[in-house]
Amino acid sequence: MTLEYKKIFQKWALGLAWFYLLLWPLMGITPDGLSFAPSLKVWATVAAGTAFFLFIWILKQQGRLDFFSRPAISLGRSVGKAVGALPNKLLAVAAIAALCLPPLFAGRYVLDVSINVMIYVCLGLGLNIVVGLCGLLDLGYIAFYGVGAYTYALLSINYAVPFWLCLPVAAGMAAIAGCIIGYPTLRMRGDYLAIVTLGFGEIVRLILNNWMELTNGPNGILGINAPGVWWPNWADGFTLEHIWLKKLPYLYYVILGLALFTILAVHRLNYSRIGRAWEAIREDETAAELMGVNTFRLKLLAYAMGAVFGGLAGAFFAARMRFVSPNSFLFIESAMVLSMVVLGGMASIPGIILGTLALIALPEFFRDFEQYRMLAFGGAMTIMMLFRPKGLWPAKRLGQRSEESQ
Amino acid sequence: MTPPPILELRDVRSAYGRIEALKGISLAVNPGEIVTIIGANGAGKSTTLMTICGVVPPTAGEVRYDGEVISGRNPDLLPPRGLCQVPEGRRIFPRLTVEENLNMGAFFRKDQDQIARDMEHAFTLFPVLKERRRQRGGTLSGGEQQMLAIARALMSKPRLLLLDEPSLGLAPLIVKRIFEIVKQINQQDGVTILLVEQNANLALQLATRGYVMETGQVVLEDSAANLLKNPEIRKAYLGE
Repeated sequence: MTLEYKKIFQKWALGLAWFYLLLWPLMGITPDGLSFAPSLKVWATVAAGTAFFLFIWILKQQGRLDFFSRPAISLGRSVGKAVGALPNKLLAVAAIAALCLPPLFAGRYVLDVSINVMIYVCLGLGLNIVVGLCGLLDLGYIAFYGVGAYTYALLSINYAVPFWLCLPVAAGMAAIAGCIIGYPTLRMRGDYLAIVTLGFGEIVRLILNNWMELTNGPNGILGINAPGVWWPNWADGFTLEHIWLKKLPYLYYVILGLALFTILAVHRLNYSRIGRAWEAIREDETAAELMGVNTFRLKLLAYAMGAVFGGLAGAFFAARMRFVSPNSFLFIESAMVLSMVVLGGMASIPGIILGTLALIALPEFFRDFEQYRMLAFGGAMTIMMLFRPKGLWPAKRLGQRSEESQ
Repeated sequence: MTPPPILELRDVRSAYGRIEALKGISLAVNPGEIVTIIGANGAGKSTTLMTICGVVPPTAGEVRYDGEVISGRNPDLLPPRGLCQVPEGRRIFPRLTVEENLNMGAFFRKDQDQIARDMEHAFTLFPVLKERRRQRGGTLSGGEQQMLAIARALMSKPRLLLLDEPSLGLAPLIVKRIFEIVKQINQQDGVTILLVEQNANLALQLATRGYVMETGQVVLEDSAANLLKNPEIRKAYLGE
């Protein structure tokens, strides 16, 4: 082993020592006294895992894995080329068809998680308009989700308005809320805006929590209707039968539709004239203003458009859970959605979908380590910022385009 | 009788917080002219341009453009009326492509065919931008970024172009080329130009008239030729 690798192992050992120093107070100090066994167990797992990856990496550096990695990479490239040669529409149709399949064979649990993922895809893409495109840091985004959810919940409970009618209403209410929050705050820039939006997110939650007459406060609202459809029935002649889409497979298709709509809408916005103006505002607000962009109106529009998708997701959330309470709209949810956008890659639609999968689906596989989820989150975020600061799948316009043409 | 000035400032004052940056500026720009404002760092040259555009609101006095008072209006209303600024330090959009940057200059315009033709015109003025049209603005060199900033402003079809220190941080050879193009824009396209410069020598050679600013005030106004001959100016700004 050369000196270089020795250095690497020294660093690795130092890092692990530091990790244990951080880990032990978290796990070792319990009400029953001090203990070392459980923390050592976790530490040993991490040490073994990192050692394994380090070993693989060193082998790769030395070129001993070339017999495997070279053909694998070239295979990957040719597959990528073959896929890239197919028309985009065909790919999209194939992807949608594949996404329609899971309810046919997957179990409740898988469907439940997929529905969750798709709700967060809507939220992430909505927030992406505000944060990724327009560059406004919004820490209270979940408030719009809450507004959408309560709009449908209240309309359904009090007036039995059907879900499909409520969807645009919920989106509209969220957009109005976005304008109400945006109007006084958008004169601020950067950190100040982040703090104010954080405050507004909490205000919305507190209103939901304390306005007993309207929202039933912390007890929440029970008995919200599921989405319903009129389905043709040929049992005796032709009649239309009203069925409630209470079962998970049906709900899966509803949210799939909503998510696809969101993806399409955000994609169109991204490459529109307005999307370009949003990006110009993100890059340099004063310069955009000097080019004749009404920055205030466009920022307000970004807020409202972002809120629309939050509202849609919220209405679906209420219809799916058939129960809403202020506890679903805590700050941590805003932070989660923001993490998805940042982790996946700002302003990149595939990136955000990937980020959502990483933050919603992956923790499901590691249920056993649930207690340490936040620890893992923090670690993952730090590593991401170090090695892939632009996100898992950076946006094209933000990244590769120039290099491609050279 | 001379035609009325396209831009007129009457005793304009403006301030950053409690610090007064402009202490009563009066100046006029006639159609077709190249007028330059020279002065040292912190004299208030850039503030003057930002005040004209309404980014910094004036605290007193009035700005008239095309016979109309524009002080107190929103900055975004000016480019559609033919007044556009190339701000100091270029301020292009670094992560948008060159083409997208140019399109942002034509943001308020709806005439797609004419925009395409104007972009071709910009590419004939600055051929290097055509080569790099799909490249991100931030990857261009300083001189290319300055060209992009000027081209972006031209996309708004200005009648009056405010140029803030186009020579900032550029090699002399590139500065010379940019000044040649500015002259071309003025003579061939008939764009009136108000040029703010620290490089007084070059600016006065290009301009027809000049204003000299010191600590927020206009201290001297004369034809560019006379200013070049003025011994005090030569001493203070031309390094003699």
